[in-house]
Amino acid sequence: MSRSRLSARLAPYYLVLPGWLWLALFFVVPTFVMLSVSTQTGDIVSGFKQTFHWHTYVEAWDAYHVQLVRSLVYGLVATLLCLVIGYPVAYWIAFRGGAHKSSLLFLLLLPFFVSFVIRTQSWNFMLSDNGIVLSPLRHLGLIGSRFHVLQTPYAVIGGLTYNFLPFMVLPIYVALERVDRALLEASADLYASSREAFRKVVFPLSLPGVFAGVLLTFVPAAADYVNASILGGAKTTMIGNIIQTQYFTNLDYPMAAALSFILMALLLVGVFAYARALGTEDVFEVNAR
Amino acid sequence: MPDVPTHDDLPADILRGLTSPRMSRRSVLQLGGASALAMALAACGVSSKKGATATGTSASAQAKQFWADKKQTGTLDFANWPLYIDVNPKNKNDHPSIDEFTKQTGIKVKYSEVIQENASFFGKIQPELAAGQSTGYDLMVITNGTYLDKLRELGYLIALDQSRMTNFYKYASPLVKNPSYDRGNVYSMAWQSGMTGIGYDPKRTGRPITSWADLMDPAFKGKVGMFGDTQDLPNSALTAIGVNPETSTEADWKKAADWLKKQRPQVRKYYEQDYIDPLSKGDIWVSMAWSGDIFQANASGASLKFVVPKEGAVLWTDNMCIPQHAAHPVDAMTYMDFVYKPEIAAMLAEYINYITPVPAARAVMRHDAAKATGDDKASLDELVSSPLIFPSPSDFSRLHRYRVLTAEEEKTWNSLFEPIYQS
Amino acid sequence: MTVQEALREDTAPVRSRRRSRTRWVLPVWSWLVILWLSSPIIVMIVFGFNDTTGKFNIRWQGFTLRWYRELFTIPDLTQALVNSLSISLIVTVIATALGTLMGVALGRYRFRGSGSVNLLLFANIAAPEVVLGAALLSLFLTLGVARGYWTIVIAQVMFSIAYVAITVRARMAGFDPALEEAARDLGAGPVATFFRVTLPLIMPGVLAGALLVFALSIDDYIITSFNAGNTVTFPLWVYGASRVGVPPQVNVMGTLIFAGGVLLALLAAVANRRKQA
Repeated sequence: MSRSRLSARLAPYYLVLPGWLWLALFFVVPTFVMLSVSTQTGDIVSGFKQTFHWHTYVEAWDAYHVQLVRSLVYGLVATLLCLVIGYPVAYWIAFRGGAHKSSLLFLLLLPFFVSFVIRTQSWNFMLSDNGIVLSPLRHLGLIGSRFHVLQTPYAVIGGLTYNFLPFMVLPIYVALERVDRALLEASADLYASSREAFRKVVFPLSLPGVFAGVLLTFVPAAADYVNASILGGAKTTMIGNIIQTQYFTNLDYPMAAALSFILMALLLVGVFAYARALGTEDVFEVNAR
Repeated sequence: MPDVPTHDDLPADILRGLTSPRMSRRSVLQLGGASALAMALAACGVSSKKGATATGTSASAQAKQFWADKKQTGTLDFANWPLYIDVNPKNKNDHPSIDEFTKQTGIKVKYSEVIQENASFFGKIQPELAAGQSTGYDLMVITNGTYLDKLRELGYLIALDQSRMTNFYKYASPLVKNPSYDRGNVYSMAWQSGMTGIGYDPKRTGRPITSWADLMDPAFKGKVGMFGDTQDLPNSALTAIGVNPETSTEADWKKAADWLKKQRPQVRKYYEQDYIDPLSKGDIWVSMAWSGDIFQANASGASLKFVVPKEGAVLWTDNMCIPQHAAHPVDAMTYMDFVYKPEIAAMLAEYINYITPVPAARAVMRHDAAKATGDDKASLDELVSSPLIFPSPSDFSRLHRYRVLTAEEEKTWNSLFEPIYQS
Repeated sequence: MTVQEALREDTAPVRSRRRSRTRWVLPVWSWLVILWLSSPIIVMIVFGFNDTTGKFNIRWQGFTLRWYRELFTIPDLTQALVNSLSISLIVTVIATALGTLMGVALGRYRFRGSGSVNLLLFANIAAPEVVLGAALLSLFLTLGVARGYWTIVIAQVMFSIAYVAITVRARMAGFDPALEEAARDLGAGPVATFFRVTLPLIMPGVLAGALLVFALSIDDYIITSFNAGNTVTFPLWVYGASRVGVPPQVNVMGTLIFAGGVLLALLAAVANRRKQA
């Protein structure tokens, strides 16, 4: 093989190598290390030793399955809300935006230039019992004196929906924007109503975007702990909070690692099953096109 | 023209076989190799190399030997909790007591407010100490309890130089001299003490609160705040059921956990020190609270009250201690003893509003109050007479220290109490 | 209105009547959503002007520009902001470089192993931040590595590479390999070809990736909190400050970062329009 041919063959490997190494060292290997930590026993004072103690997983499930299920439920509800709220907005900008498409998109994404901790703290301030949202409503007699939003699941789910909306809107917008207008004209020529055109032409074509949006929303929402920590209360603890507490307060690294693994497994299994069901092999090929 | 067969020459099926990605033997081996490597790495486990623990008379000899060749260097790295030192009202980064220290001793202090929680701070310094490295700090403030005990057991603290503690032995209150958690003050000197009692907004509760039982009042349903931790929450619950935490048994703990479970529907949230904001805003009306927080909130315009419940409350002490491998231990000792001078203790107490370890500071503050005028005089008078800063003897009789737990007991304790605030 | 659209409207009067009845639903909904998204930002900006005396910036007490003047009077906060900016810049440079190379490779070449690399990127994006942060923390704990500034950089680069790689890979879809071959025919080596032909053509994708990394990195909380040790970044500081009261300086900094982002985006839009013209 000539030298230039060989270097052409090897070129992709050289290009991929640095990034691949970084990911292998700091993503793949740590995942295995975490797996190994999860089967260790001991405590922070006397040290941890590898004992292949798989029972930690059973203990983790026993102690925290309520929080695990709750996290998945919150994530799912938040994702559905994002879909219901975000799809019409994506559609409106893509189809009715016209010359202002990018400005409208920009306006939509503008709030997310501000740190999400600040945004969530802002909501904590606004939704306070005697704050600027609930006080007027109480004066108008629309809500009872005991009514509160903060420290309820609604506040946490609301926070999750708010913070992850752009992750849903953007992929759907991209998919809708690529829909060939000629297809719509063709469906009109075939006497389809606009509702039919949507149901049979536009919506199916936007599905890859919906899939990407659901994926990019559900996974981080279910694993989040900041919203629950700032806006949540006594009965809204999510699995992310537990994992964080185990690592930093209890210093029970095996339990923390086991919980992280269970969470990751549940989410990835769900994602791959969803991918199979929708028949989309490589989400990002479609999304990136 | 190259002789090498190009893609076009190969039969289609072989081409497909050569180029389609699949789980090849190589990737399985790679996977296996990676996990073997990781297992090998982790077989070492997260280590906790212990340092030498100083006990008994050989310990004091060891300590003397340690300090024999140490000298002052002129620098000090001090790690503390936020809002736990006096502050110049005109410049928030200036701490008058530290300026005074530098003026009198020539030692420059780098002050960092990096401690948010004992547990997470311990988690941060533990790997460094286990590896025999310096934490970057010469002086840190740790609450008595689990983590101070752990630091001692693991040998991560430097035994103090008793010869450099003249002010301490002269002025320290009996409460912090030779305490149960550090007999002989081998490793620590108190910084400030505080009480965990009940804080409430009298305008919203409509009546004065006097006991833990008040938190069960259905009128306060959903308006109660508690702490989400394994120190203040369980120990306070033990006092609520009439048990002295320091001598409590496992049976007592179960009863306390049941009391907390019964209380759950009342509780709006289990807070981590961030209860003052909701209490001031009215999201909660009654809450477990630290005495100094209530005092400071009132100084900022709130009108909250703090009470030591009649069943009792917990008294905790934050302690100055020196971590192993500190670069400037003598400077740390100098500072630790310096703050026991009554005039310095008064400077700190006038701002921090927690229980000062120097009773003589009260006389200094009274003197300052007599000299001051207007608002300053009013606030100083309030400080001098406040039971939150200088608790009365009857208050003291109702105050208890945290239960000291062994590693085994800790597992039972945590399994009983964590589910209460983690659900 | 084009001829086609006009013809369509003429031949389907029923449809246009139905359309006009519900035509207002979408815009109203969308504007309501935009308003909802903006409300906490408006509150943040407004309370940056609050003349508050207490520790808690909760009641409106009068208008002041004081906090804009006293912006850098809290050294820990200023340090946290500086940390965030410097970390994000370093992370952006490294992640963009590594990710661009990967994206070019995946988009331009078909090679054995591309499938597993794509899978790796997919897994990295799909895995939740808690797990990514916790796994890396487990590695550092096991190796006894103290967490601080550089572990934050490592962690943030780790989760950013995939975003750049995918953005660049998408951009490579329209790339014509003939251009590279032409450069090589003219005697350019592979490195020169890359910097003079490939990179300029995919620059919009690379810049989009870099912008995305910067935004993700400067706002990152979860992965950073797991791997920060004693180093404090801006989001970590704000989160910690909530316990003792968030000072108005945070509102002001948020407002300024927000304004900065707006400015950047506007400049980018203007530059784009000028390029098209």
